[in-house]
Amino acid sequence: MATTTAPNATPGPKVNHIGLPILEYRGGKSTLCAGCGHNAISERIIDAMFEMGVEPERVMKMSGIGCSSKSPAYFMNRAHAFNAVHGRMAAVSTGAILANHTMTTIGVSGDGDTASIGMGGFVHMLRRNLPMIYIIENNGVYGLTKGQFSATADLGSKLKTGVINDLPAIDTCALAIQLGATFVGRSFSGDKKQLLSMLKAAISHKGTVMLDVISPCVTFNDHEGSTKSYKFMQENDEPINELGFVASFDDIEVDYDSGQVYEVEMHDGSSLRLRKLLEDYDPTDKANAVRTLMESHDNNEILTGVFYINTEKPTFIDLLNVVDEPLGTLPESVTRPPKSALDSLMASLRS
Amino acid sequence: MATGDLALGQEQGAFTAQKRIVNDFSINVATVNGSGSQSANSVLLKSIFGMGVPVSGKNLFPSNIAGLPTWFVIRASKDGYVARKCGAEVLVALNPDTARQDTLDLPTGGVAIYEENLNLKQYRDDVIFFPVPFDKITAAICPEAKLRKLVKNMVYVGVVAQILSIDLGVVESGLRNQFAKKQKVFDLNFGAVKAGFDYAAEKFTQKAPFFIERMDKTAGKIIIDGNAACGMGALFAGVTVVAWYPITPSTSVVEATTDLLKKFRVMPDGKASFAVVQAEDELAAIGMVLGAGWAGARSMTATSGPGISLMAEFSGLGYYAEIPGVIFDVQRTGPSTGMPTRTQQSDLLSVAFLSHGDTKHVILLPGSVKECFEFGYAAFDLAERLQTPVFVLTDLDLGMNNWMSDEFEYPTTPLDRGKVLTAADLEKLGGFARYRDVDGDAIGWRTLPGTKHPKASYFTRGSGHNDAAGYTEKPDEYTALMDRLARKFENARKLVPGPVAFKDGTSKVGFLAYGTTDFALRESLDHIKKEHGLDADYMRIRAYPFAHEIHDFVASHDRIYVVEQDRDAQLASLLKLDLPADQVSKLRSVLHYNGLPIDARSITEEFATKEGL
Repeated sequence: MATTTAPNATPGPKVNHIGLPILEYRGGKSTLCAGCGHNAISERIIDAMFEMGVEPERVMKMSGIGCSSKSPAYFMNRAHAFNAVHGRMAAVSTGAILANHTMTTIGVSGDGDTASIGMGGFVHMLRRNLPMIYIIENNGVYGLTKGQFSATADLGSKLKTGVINDLPAIDTCALAIQLGATFVGRSFSGDKKQLLSMLKAAISHKGTVMLDVISPCVTFNDHEGSTKSYKFMQENDEPINELGFVASFDDIEVDYDSGQVYEVEMHDGSSLRLRKLLEDYDPTDKANAVRTLMESHDNNEILTGVFYINTEKPTFIDLLNVVDEPLGTLPESVTRPPKSALDSLMASLRS
Repeated sequence: MATGDLALGQEQGAFTAQKRIVNDFSINVATVNGSGSQSANSVLLKSIFGMGVPVSGKNLFPSNIAGLPTWFVIRASKDGYVARKCGAEVLVALNPDTARQDTLDLPTGGVAIYEENLNLKQYRDDVIFFPVPFDKITAAICPEAKLRKLVKNMVYVGVVAQILSIDLGVVESGLRNQFAKKQKVFDLNFGAVKAGFDYAAEKFTQKAPFFIERMDKTAGKIIIDGNAACGMGALFAGVTVVAWYPITPSTSVVEATTDLLKKFRVMPDGKASFAVVQAEDELAAIGMVLGAGWAGARSMTATSGPGISLMAEFSGLGYYAEIPGVIFDVQRTGPSTGMPTRTQQSDLLSVAFLSHGDTKHVILLPGSVKECFEFGYAAFDLAERLQTPVFVLTDLDLGMNNWMSDEFEYPTTPLDRGKVLTAADLEKLGGFARYRDVDGDAIGWRTLPGTKHPKASYFTRGSGHNDAAGYTEKPDEYTALMDRLARKFENARKLVPGPVAFKDGTSKVGFLAYGTTDFALRESLDHIKKEHGLDADYMRIRAYPFAHEIHDFVASHDRIYVVEQDRDAQLASLLKLDLPADQVSKLRSVLHYNGLPIDARSITEEFATKEGL
């Protein structure tokens, strides 16, 4: 811890390595249903940002429309927030990041917001490896319109009204791996430990982090026959690896059996250790990752963990080769060419 | 021209075969799309310009890559008229499919220059024919067969130059300019021009009655298309983020912008002070523009009608959440896909109210390439000052055709980045309310992401919000914010470019128009004065919301003719919504909406009919 406490002072609240208490990472009071998975995810985001010591005003919180997209209001009030229109979080985030790529950007979308109305923008964001954390709070239903299936609802799952879903689910993780995201994982809002480690690793990553977080809807999709319920997840959650995250500023030495652990050096010097639960699972092998996910659908397993990671691939910002400073605040002396530039253009047009 | 509505011959009575017509006629080059005639046409146009004669060019092309007919009409006008004119006196017929009709469309006494095997003489005996063996001439000077199609175009430049008495030296220097630094290409092309010129000089004993004679009316002028001028405006606005989706006729706005950015905005270390993103669709393009505008960038997109439709939802977000961004709309013929390569002014109403709910937008309406440049950079200042999307409406005619212009002037004022609070400001103020009208101008102060202060952030949303950017469904908070937005829009009347009174005298009759309608209308006003003895007044509108001067202009006339290029009298409708009730009945419309640029004669005739002249 960076701060020291005077011997006689009453001990203050616990602070992180930049000296902020967790209170500074809190958001407004949630207006989502009690027990909604999304609230647990907001809590984990708060924990992860706090533990990683991210400066709150250096964060952009993005979202689209839907229950999930309300949640940026429930964490990190000190961060800049943009709640956009339905399905367009990817596009708005792209613009915001182009204007200021020095920020940490975290977006919260939903399964409807991403996998239906927002699919076009989502897949192109993946292709670009836009440096942001893109979280899908996935409950398989539209909550705000009272419980219609979304495109991530599993084949054969049942609505409260008894309607059976007869279309296959879109696996956003398989899609993200195929299309170019460089950190792809799935977690469960009820798995505090796994989700927190995944989020901390996500904060350390440079590139698109796509996290599909199963987040049960207690009102419309938590019944028998749902494959996105707490009960179903508790029974069918199959982690492919166990995450251990050691931040760059942590001074911890951990002994581990290298044959059982896949270690990833993150962009900021942190390290992500993935203990293999699925035999010989290699999270850098794209084709194997997609095949593993496809097979899990046939076995009715919900695989969780970090499926794919690539710390080498250039981000969209790298490809555009923009200056180090944020484009949005470059001074006029840089952005408006001098009169001589206009003079030379005019000379060339005189014919 | 094959298009029947061009009503050729309307003005043909003015000359006979014997009369000398100097610097006042049109040349219609009829070719096949994809034949590469564009640079030859450009050389011809610039040669006339080089002779000091006012000139304009209109490319009437199909929505097609190759094979369909295309016409390029060059108008030389000693009086400086640059609008489309019905009918061309000189035809260059190179398209077998349209040659017959093109010939039939010539006025009596006209000239047909054509590929000799088309045998056009069979169709008319009242025009002058100049048959040219283009293929033979081309083969003789261009050994490489695959280049002949392109080189052939330069042969007709030479033939036309000789027949119309255009100085070969002027053509040569124009070509040299066009192919600067490519000596071989120049040699080949000028060889073709010269071969055509020499052929005509040797073979044709009969002179055409049409002459280009030297004048000094183009000194100090430039030639540029509106899209390139918009790109230049964006460059000198210091644009930093460009997000777009290709669509005719706006594509070259972004292509021009990108070329300029690469030329002038790459740092010594090779890094770019800009980002250009070809988005997946127009939804994403405008989304990126708003995301970037929110985070402090000067951001823009360029599109046309179908793209505007897709941008509707986001435009409402930009209006309501008060986010700057610039949208260039190069209008084409709608509805739906319409005629993508034809011009119209039919997006005005949909742009003015683009999006659901009580949404309205600031629109700039450039009426020349110079204003494309000036409004191009002013739009960014206005967007940041007013914290709202600003639309720049041009059209295909202005955007994709070459226009003469006075040189552009360097901006005299620094960039206006609008009301943005810094960390130091926040320290002093102890906080801020994003949407509170603290200055009485109905514009709040904003912060940018990354402002290093614990009180810097706010929550941007398209849902109901109060002046502290908090979520609200409270009736009074909602209406207070909507009323402030209305006041802001009202104030914008004074900030946008004001109208230009071309003439505001004592006439009882006044005209209102915007954009490219101006060129034809000014010519028509001369007709009306000459032919009907009526010296009407005219004010050109340059922005929405309408400045108060426009209200005054309407009030001081008995009858106001609103001339525009759309079916539904969109400008007149917008004016009717804005004017006091007792003024509305003064408005009447002159409308043109066939996809071709409006011409003066059509305006004159419709006006005369409506006035009972």
